[in-house]
Amino acid sequence: MRNKIIIFLSISFAALVLNACNVAVFDTKGLIAAKQANLIVTSVLLMLIVVIPVIVLTFFFAYRYRASNTKAKYTPEWEHSTILEIVWWTIPIIIIAILAVITWKSSHELDPYRPLESSIKPIEIEVVALEWKWLFIYPEQGIASVNLAQFPVNVPISFKITAQAPMNSFWIPRLAGQIYAMEGMQTKLHVIANVPGSYEGVSANFSGEGFNGMKFIARASTAAEFSSWVDSIKHSTDILTQERYNTLAKPSSDDSVHTFSSVREGLFMDIMMQYMEPACEHQAVPCNMPRQCCKRHTQD
Amino acid sequence: MFGKLSFAAIPHDPIQAGGAASIVLGVLATLAAITYFKKWTWLWKEWITTVDHKKIGVMYIIVALIMLLRGFTDAGMMRLQLAISAGNNHGFLTPDHYNQIFTAHGVIMIFFMAMPLMFGLFNLIVPLQIGARDVAFPFLNSLSFWLFVVGAGLVNMSLVIGEFAATGWLAYPPLSELNYSPGVGMDYYIWAIQITGIGSLLTGINFFATIMKMRAPGMNLMKMPIFTWTALCSNILVMMAFPVLTATLGMLFMDRFFGFHFFTSDLGGNAMMYVNLIWVWGHPEVYILVLPAFGVFSEVAATFAQKRLFGYNSMVWATAAITLLSALVWAHHFFTMGAGGNVNAVFGIATMIISIPTGVKIFNWLFTLFRGRIIFGTPVFWLIGFLLTFTLGGMTGVMLSVPAADFQFHNSMFLIAHFHNTIIGGVVFGYFAGFAYWFPKVMGFKLYEPLGRIAFFHWIIGFFVTFIPLYVVGLMGMTRRISHYEIASGWQPWLQVSMFGVMIIGGGVGFQLLQIAYSVWKRKELADTTGDPWNGRTLEWSTSSPAPFYNFAVIPQVTTRDAFWEQKQQRRAGVREAIVFQDIHMPKNTPLGFMIAMAAGLIGFALVWHIIWLALLGFMAAMTFIIVRSFDEDTEYYVPAAEVARIEAKFAEGT
Amino acid sequence: MTNLSIHPQEHGNHEVDEKTSFGFWIYIMTDCLLFATIFAVYAVLRPSTFGGPGPKELFSLPYVFIETLLLLTSSFTFGLAMLAQNKGNRTQLLLWMGITFLLGLGFIGFEIHEFVNLVREGNGPGRSAFLSGFFGLVGTHGLHVTCGLIWMMLLMVQISKRGITPLIARKLNSLSLFWHFLDIIWVFVFTFVYLLGAI
Repeated sequence: MRNKIIIFLSISFAALVLNACNVAVFDTKGLIAAKQANLIVTSVLLMLIVVIPVIVLTFFFAYRYRASNTKAKYTPEWEHSTILEIVWWTIPIIIIAILAVITWKSSHELDPYRPLESSIKPIEIEVVALEWKWLFIYPEQGIASVNLAQFPVNVPISFKITAQAPMNSFWIPRLAGQIYAMEGMQTKLHVIANVPGSYEGVSANFSGEGFNGMKFIARASTAAEFSSWVDSIKHSTDILTQERYNTLAKPSSDDSVHTFSSVREGLFMDIMMQYMEPACEHQAVPCNMPRQCCKRHTQD
Repeated sequence: MFGKLSFAAIPHDPIQAGGAASIVLGVLATLAAITYFKKWTWLWKEWITTVDHKKIGVMYIIVALIMLLRGFTDAGMMRLQLAISAGNNHGFLTPDHYNQIFTAHGVIMIFFMAMPLMFGLFNLIVPLQIGARDVAFPFLNSLSFWLFVVGAGLVNMSLVIGEFAATGWLAYPPLSELNYSPGVGMDYYIWAIQITGIGSLLTGINFFATIMKMRAPGMNLMKMPIFTWTALCSNILVMMAFPVLTATLGMLFMDRFFGFHFFTSDLGGNAMMYVNLIWVWGHPEVYILVLPAFGVFSEVAATFAQKRLFGYNSMVWATAAITLLSALVWAHHFFTMGAGGNVNAVFGIATMIISIPTGVKIFNWLFTLFRGRIIFGTPVFWLIGFLLTFTLGGMTGVMLSVPAADFQFHNSMFLIAHFHNTIIGGVVFGYFAGFAYWFPKVMGFKLYEPLGRIAFFHWIIGFFVTFIPLYVVGLMGMTRRISHYEIASGWQPWLQVSMFGVMIIGGGVGFQLLQIAYSVWKRKELADTTGDPWNGRTLEWSTSSPAPFYNFAVIPQVTTRDAFWEQKQQRRAGVREAIVFQDIHMPKNTPLGFMIAMAAGLIGFALVWHIIWLALLGFMAAMTFIIVRSFDEDTEYYVPAAEVARIEAKFAEGT
Repeated sequence: MTNLSIHPQEHGNHEVDEKTSFGFWIYIMTDCLLFATIFAVYAVLRPSTFGGPGPKELFSLPYVFIETLLLLTSSFTFGLAMLAQNKGNRTQLLLWMGITFLLGLGFIGFEIHEFVNLVREGNGPGRSAFLSGFFGLVGTHGLHVTCGLIWMMLLMVQISKRGITPLIARKLNSLSLFWHFLDIIWVFVFTFVYLLGAI
């Protein structure tokens, strides 16, 4: 029986270790995620300083001071010890102080809004969370895609994120932590991929019936592959006009990857601003434009 | 005429229909049984109209245990679905149904299982611990209880007629606003929680006033039992947090019912404001739940180790520190909403600071056991289980409190594992320990020990088998609230293990129910004739089991902490108190608490379905009942001294 | 000690008074938190007019000034009522309560008139988040005042039937606290919503 238990535990442990490559949070492919993984390991080690003694003492005291063990000392009135109090106030305070300093620094260093330090010019990608798919707009390249975001490795990526859907959360675990995607708001995430590959992206905030399908692929490729990808899309037929966008925004789930060779200018801004300012009166269809842009639009 | 209500509201889906049918059948069977055994008069006079805190406490716990079964069934369905719903298999639950299940699971476990277990223990024990005869406002106590029942009723009714919210237990807008949740589910959610929330707030006021104003003479604050201290701090948090919940859900109601724009995305509303407000309530809420559990463990540790609680003063200060800090950390629930480095860091650091007083408490419990003579009753098993489980949960909590790390944990299964770790290890184990510890005081007989131990081992092993895999899949990138995933993710084996764990916990629940049934059957052998089955230290053990309806024939004079222990030492030394019986002043039973609550339930139901005339009718009824109560001057009576003497003599005979 | 002819209410009266008074004070504090929440929401939503009218366009300071006078005076007259109660003068008590009631009713009348006008103009709570905040905050206060008026009326009925018993005195104390509390909340509303809005 004992052998069976040992074998079972060994296999489980092996499975755990072998599976580690699938543990996304530690299978980091980008600088930000790597730093976050380090942070996690550091915090665990700091806390084990307290946690391990607590667990050991729990078992030890429960066993040693059981009522049937009359050999153990029994001090029913003893209820205070200055030394012990000093020990278990001071050590946790020191540990938390260290962790607090780490927290302060990392909260700023790894702030999703903070641009990455790099001499390379970042690529901007605008993200719109819809019901129940992700729309990626590349303003510089003038293309868009659904449920697939490709970008070159070792280039900083600046995501600007909004939504036309209940609150979602934009998350590519192997590359960086997440940030919420909200209607009428713009959030930002700065990411860099250091290893080429296709990485799962997902929404980490429940947004309704089709939430299971709120997934996308983040593909980090070489610079050449990225250029050819952009080019091939530019030669495709579908165009993201306002009308096409309106259709796209309707609820649907488990959408397959889809690309658009051009995007209506200012679409991202308008999607966001529609919640902040009323539509222009003179348009037959709500133009979803901020006041100051209305004049520009009438020139079309 | 009937607003949005129609026959289409009755569920067609076989699983939901099955659930609805079981609730309906359960209710009908209960009504039939009461009729058959001719217990209506007894039920009305002794229970429905009671203002006795001890009976109200029993009722809270019975309803909580029933709701535990429903919440646990929800959990079982979720784990089963996730164990099989991979790749081409989409499981047996549609996404919409699954979404309602996890929403209901959270709402039920927090509002209709954990809160009532806690309020039940407060009701049963706090007045006895402080040497009082009742709570400060007995009528409000009855009203609070029935408001809670009405809330639970609405949640169950949503399964029979209509649907429940499918938004997660905190119902963030814009998902919870009309455009994304047009159905009645969200409205059931709002009214179930609003109504029970008002009950909770009234209870908070009631117990705060009770503890502050009705302690026995000589019992200053630093001589109170530690459970009463934690109850006091918990009730302070209730009074601080629940008004925020009431206001916030009230505003969400106005958005949905009257077309306001507090939290909508359009017309300038601010959904992030809701997230802030709901967590300003939500974080204190979990401390409301866990502090009394800490209090239970303090009592259990001291009593069963046969030793004074180590560091009483530290424990009190640590509890006060935790209470204060818990109001200052709410933003750690949404580090990922984009508040920026400064705000996130401040809230993160405030959060991790809470681990310091909490750690102090853990060491105090350990050193209460140190050099004690530990009798391993069932409550001690729960204590040991708590020390192991909660410490792990606390550790993962501090991991989550580092904002940059949280960006990788937030809303993943790691988060789910963390909060179940602390809630089950802390709150659930604590209240189970309290249940086993104080059961003899309430019922007059002990619970059968061996079954309690078996139940405990099922729970602790089941807990780890269920939740450790969830930590792992969280780190593997699995988010919460999904009901289907790809095989390539590698999550399935872990989720299958997790489901197996839930079955083990289910066994634990089964053994607990068996233990109760068996103990009732064997109550004569298990009887507690002395009132003090554990050689306790605090005043509740000085009464008979169960305590007489007036609690104390003579209000005790208190000189030290652990007042009953002191009394026993005095008696051993031959000192006898002079007992002079007097007439005792008691509140009368009244049906009005029950009736006002029923009217509130009618209003809630009517507003859910937009049946305006019915809502107005309910409102009129509630006003009438309140006015009737207000005009009633005859709300108290005297128990003659002779009657008191007679009851006390009977108790003395039996010991 | 065993004299059962003593009305239960009068035995241990002081303790009951103290408990009730304490309990009601705590309730007032929780109500304060409720208002604080709605105030906070108003503060956040105040700029969100969605292109519609803001406080400057909508609020008439003279109108609100009259409203405020009505409510503040009613607090004063309630104070006079409490003085009458202390002297045991039932007639005066009822008189001053009646005047307080009328002043309070006047306040509510003014408020309803303001709300109805706003809605008629198309500036109801559904117009923008700012207006939702306004109606929510001022409306919640108005609802509290209305409840206070109903309570006042009930107490006047009880006083005329039974006189000033200790139980009724206790209830009057609570109502007095409630009424003055609502007055204080109104001062905050007046300042932060109307005054600061109009500037």
